[in-house]
Amino acid sequence: MANAIRIDNLQKKFRLGFIPKTRQILKGITFSVSEGEIFGYLGPNGAGKTTTIKCLLDLIHPDAGTIEIFGRSHLSPRSRQTLGFLPENPYFYDYLTAAEFLAFTADLFGLDRVEKEERIARLLKLVGLERAAGLPLRKFSRGMLQRAGLAQALVNDPKLVILDEPLGGMDPIGRKEIRDIIVRFKDEGKTVFFTSHILQDIEMICDRVAIIVGGRIVKEGALRDLVSERVLFTEVTVSGLSPEAFRGLGESISARGDRVFLKVYDESKVDEVLELVHDQKGRLVSLSPRTETLEDIFIETVTRT
Amino acid sequence: MKIGAIAGITFKEAKRDRILYLLFFFAALGIGGARVLAILTVGDRVKIIKDVGLASISLFGVLMAILIGTGLVYKEIDKKTIFTLLSKPLHRAEFILGKFLGLVLTLFVMTLFMSLIFLAIVYAHTLRVEGTLLVAVGYIFLELVLITAAAILFSSFSTPILSSLFAFAFYLIGHLSWGLELILKKMTPGAGRTLVRALYAVLPDLENFNFRTEVVHGLPIPPGIYFSSALYGVCYTAFILGLAVLVFRRRDFI
Repeated sequence: MANAIRIDNLQKKFRLGFIPKTRQILKGITFSVSEGEIFGYLGPNGAGKTTTIKCLLDLIHPDAGTIEIFGRSHLSPRSRQTLGFLPENPYFYDYLTAAEFLAFTADLFGLDRVEKEERIARLLKLVGLERAAGLPLRKFSRGMLQRAGLAQALVNDPKLVILDEPLGGMDPIGRKEIRDIIVRFKDEGKTVFFTSHILQDIEMICDRVAIIVGGRIVKEGALRDLVSERVLFTEVTVSGLSPEAFRGLGESISARGDRVFLKVYDESKVDEVLELVHDQKGRLVSLSPRTETLEDIFIETVTRT
Repeated sequence: MKIGAIAGITFKEAKRDRILYLLFFFAALGIGGARVLAILTVGDRVKIIKDVGLASISLFGVLMAILIGTGLVYKEIDKKTIFTLLSKPLHRAEFILGKFLGLVLTLFVMTLFMSLIFLAIVYAHTLRVEGTLLVAVGYIFLELVLITAAAILFSSFSTPILSSLFAFAFYLIGHLSWGLELILKKMTPGAGRTLVRALYAVLPDLENFNFRTEVVHGLPIPPGIYFSSALYGVCYTAFILGLAVLVFRRRDFI
């Protein structure tokens, strides 16, 4: 599959502070995003995620390296014609209404009046802002601004959507709606490149991820390859028995009310726990094997690096 | 189209600025106050009204250009709206040009209103519309256009306070640099003269746009001067805008 984004040996250093001190933010970033996939870009604060995105959008000039969007240099205006971008903590002209703001962004793409009006109506509906279309943006909550930001990113019907922390500041329902919209992009054949701190969301919707730490990519690959199905431990909840009965079988044993909670790390001991519950006339409340998650991989990778 | 969109949003933003209306109020006060000053003066009262009126339009126009112009680009960077704009297929030069045209449009509207008040007051005294006054106002407007370009240049790399200081310095230098022309006439040829000539060529000469004395006192102006002053204004504005684009293109938006 062709690449939507190809970044090769991207480097950037800044001179910051009153007495300028050089800090290398990107130390040779290389990765690619295939057309039609949802790509998650993870990293702790200050790792270089937003700087990478800003280089991609030519908001920052890299010191070295090449960036291609659909095979063209990122500097080409045509490459920007095909992408949509939602910045982190978006701030827009707060005296404009959502509809006026979308009309303004549509003008930057040179859309004609009929196309513009049709698209604005469709996008306001898509992000659930039809009723707020006439409200000035200064009256919007953070979640509503995020939706308006997503709508402006889609005004040109882009092939590539770049989202910097799109789920920040959203309530659980809003997060789910935005997640659903992102998944719908994939169905429409769009490529999505996004950063997020909410790893569960990334795990739910991404095809591939890259983890950046200290300006370097330390892990990259398909989610199914990175996250194994190996069971880390099994969480067991039992009632009607005392915690002492499970000594030697599990760890982190605790009791609340008549319930006992324990983590069993040795898979062979899970059967022993079940037999014990059966023999001593206890009641099994729940038993859930905990497999490796993206969060485990992320924490392990960041800590190791 | 894109430049028009940026200019439109800049005009909308500028006309929401309270400073604009405060300055307009004082400008109107200045123009109207000329009548009071004229009553207290011995001699041709109409000349005093014209002189003080044109000076008010010029002074408050410059204040509008500097105080609003120096914040325009900075605000976009500070509030991070620039990220959304420049991620679209918009050249940085188009952004600067759009900002410039938006503010020029704002100043045009303001100059128009100030001129209407001014012409009305002059009409109340002379009972005739004096078209020559509009020539002076037209060249004041050209000066404002040039100062707007300078304000945007400074705003593209520094904070509003510093940019305002730079722009005021630009204005003052622009009105004093004609002194270099006098020095040049008295200097003997040599390295020093070449240096002063180069300095004079680079520094703005805003006196090129000052036709107030001639218009107020009815002195003759050679037609070639109108053309050369307008050409100077257009070329110098283009030069300053070119510099602004160069500076802005090199910037990183962190």
